[in-house]
Amino acid sequence: MEQGNGKKLVIGVIGADVHAVGIRILEYAFREAGFDVTNLGVMVSQEEFIGAALETAADAIVISSLYGHGELDCRGMRDKMDEAGLDGLLLYVGGNIVVGKQDFVDVEKRFHEMGFDRVFPPGTPPEETIFYLKKDLEVE
Amino acid sequence: MRYALLIDFGSTFTKVTAVDLISEEIIGTASAFTTADSDIGTGLNVALDRLRRVTGDIAFDFKSACSSAAGGLRMMVSGLVPELTAEAARLAALGAGARITRLFTHELTRRDLKDIEADPPDIFLMTGGTDGGNRACMEKNAGKLRSLSVRFPIILAGNRQAIDACEDALEDFPVTVCPNVMPSFGVLNIEPVQREIRDLFLKHIVNARGLSKTKEILSDILMPTPSAILSAMKLLADGTETEPGIGELMGIDVGGATTDVYTVARGEPIDMNVICKGLDEPYAKRTVEGDIGMRYSVAGIVSEVGQPWISECSGLTSDDCAALMSELLYDKSKVPLTNDDAMARFDHALASGAVEIATRRHAGVLEEAFTTSGLVYVQTGKDLRSVRQIIFTGGSFIHAQNPLDIARHALYTERYPMSLRPKKATVLKDDRYILSAMGVLAEREKDIALRIIKRELVSPGDISSGDDS
Repeated sequence: MEQGNGKKLVIGVIGADVHAVGIRILEYAFREAGFDVTNLGVMVSQEEFIGAALETAADAIVISSLYGHGELDCRGMRDKMDEAGLDGLLLYVGGNIVVGKQDFVDVEKRFHEMGFDRVFPPGTPPEETIFYLKKDLEVE
Repeated sequence: MRYALLIDFGSTFTKVTAVDLISEEIIGTASAFTTADSDIGTGLNVALDRLRRVTGDIAFDFKSACSSAAGGLRMMVSGLVPELTAEAARLAALGAGARITRLFTHELTRRDLKDIEADPPDIFLMTGGTDGGNRACMEKNAGKLRSLSVRFPIILAGNRQAIDACEDALEDFPVTVCPNVMPSFGVLNIEPVQREIRDLFLKHIVNARGLSKTKEILSDILMPTPSAILSAMKLLADGTETEPGIGELMGIDVGGATTDVYTVARGEPIDMNVICKGLDEPYAKRTVEGDIGMRYSVAGIVSEVGQPWISECSGLTSDDCAALMSELLYDKSKVPLTNDDAMARFDHALASGAVEIATRRHAGVLEEAFTTSGLVYVQTGKDLRSVRQIIFTGGSFIHAQNPLDIARHALYTERYPMSLRPKKATVLKDDRYILSAMGVLAEREKDIALRIIKRELVSPGDISSGDDS
């Protein structure tokens, strides 16, 4: 395990999504990479992400969604974060975040417009997310 | 012979209980009006004189007390997010027997500070942030409290990284530091704070409440009354090393101004497809409904259950109910004259409504969620459906003609299937009001207190929600 880098992440699976395994793997991978991780588990609401980020003074929120309804679940997340005083906080999303097979370039564009800083397609290895987290949070 | 004297300084009555520690029996009880405005010892001496008429002149090995006189233990609590650290702080204060006069979330405002100055608390519990998490909330609030012209004890129990700065800012307040009430996300750690609240109650509040004059009478222990009751409930549920308890239970105290609900139960999910949300729940939990009570908070009961409900439950017309309500508005000391007069039936409906609302607020709830893997339930709070014992204390229940009909309102019902209240239970009544006294006695003599509670509580029968599945 890498030495702790002092950066705090809040992670979880948003909406009525019960995919419990992937988020545990991400938790493990992020910890190994030196992050301080608060894993909210499955079926997490926008408010829970925000509450946890406030209390833990998180440096980033990483949202996972695997069941296709991610777009609906994530709508308004950035606005709520702004309201809660978390303006500018790094916000990622990844997984099977939309219904069906859509062109990822379009999907990414839509999520960028919703205020997400980075959007990851299905099958992204944890290393890639870790790479960008370190880059965006200026670790090392 | 060995005797103990237990005293309960209530807001209206000072109750005294004499216990024979050898035969493990209550040998006498007496009460008198509490004299908190002048010297609280005056009322106590009247009660003791009355007790002496029953017990004769005996020497007590020790004398211990609990108190809710002169407004009880009045606390303000602050936290960051309402559902997280502020909720943890609230649970900590309530479990320690406090009355919460204000709860603040996020940063204090100028108006908040004015309110604090106008009516300062006995203790201020300040929390916010997980360990290593948010510091700004506590640090800024500490800086703001510093500017006040009043001083009161402050407990710091938030993010440990913020403690140094808070202590510096609050150097001329009596400050104590406790472990964080929510050290990491969702984890509750309230016992250290509760111990500290009890210590502070002894050190500071006792003097402020005119109770210091009783110091020469008392041996040592003095605790807030609700904390004594919760401790008696916990003892009854868990037992001691040598004396078994009776298992998980719920306790209900419908008072004149508030209704308290206690549970000593884990409340973990019973079914398979349940996902838990929210903060951990304390095993021994107390909630207080400030708007639900038989005399000072009648309006709260009626507005929650509705006029028609009260009419139906009491069998009175809505005009009769309205008339009785306005009578109670003018005369809080009004009591039924017979077992079946209009007032008695109205009281029956009020008590039923109070039990209904207070238990629904205390118990956990389920929500349905449809997922790609089918229907799942999201549980917030405790699942109490398998709790099988409900203890009732407080006059409205003890003197009721049909206590079981009132008690039934604490149960699970098809009308509110998502409210996780007990499905069936044995009802136990604290007929002689001994629970608070036994909570105090338990500080020294756990086994004796437990055996007395078990013997003193009487059961008018069992109740069932009619759906035993």
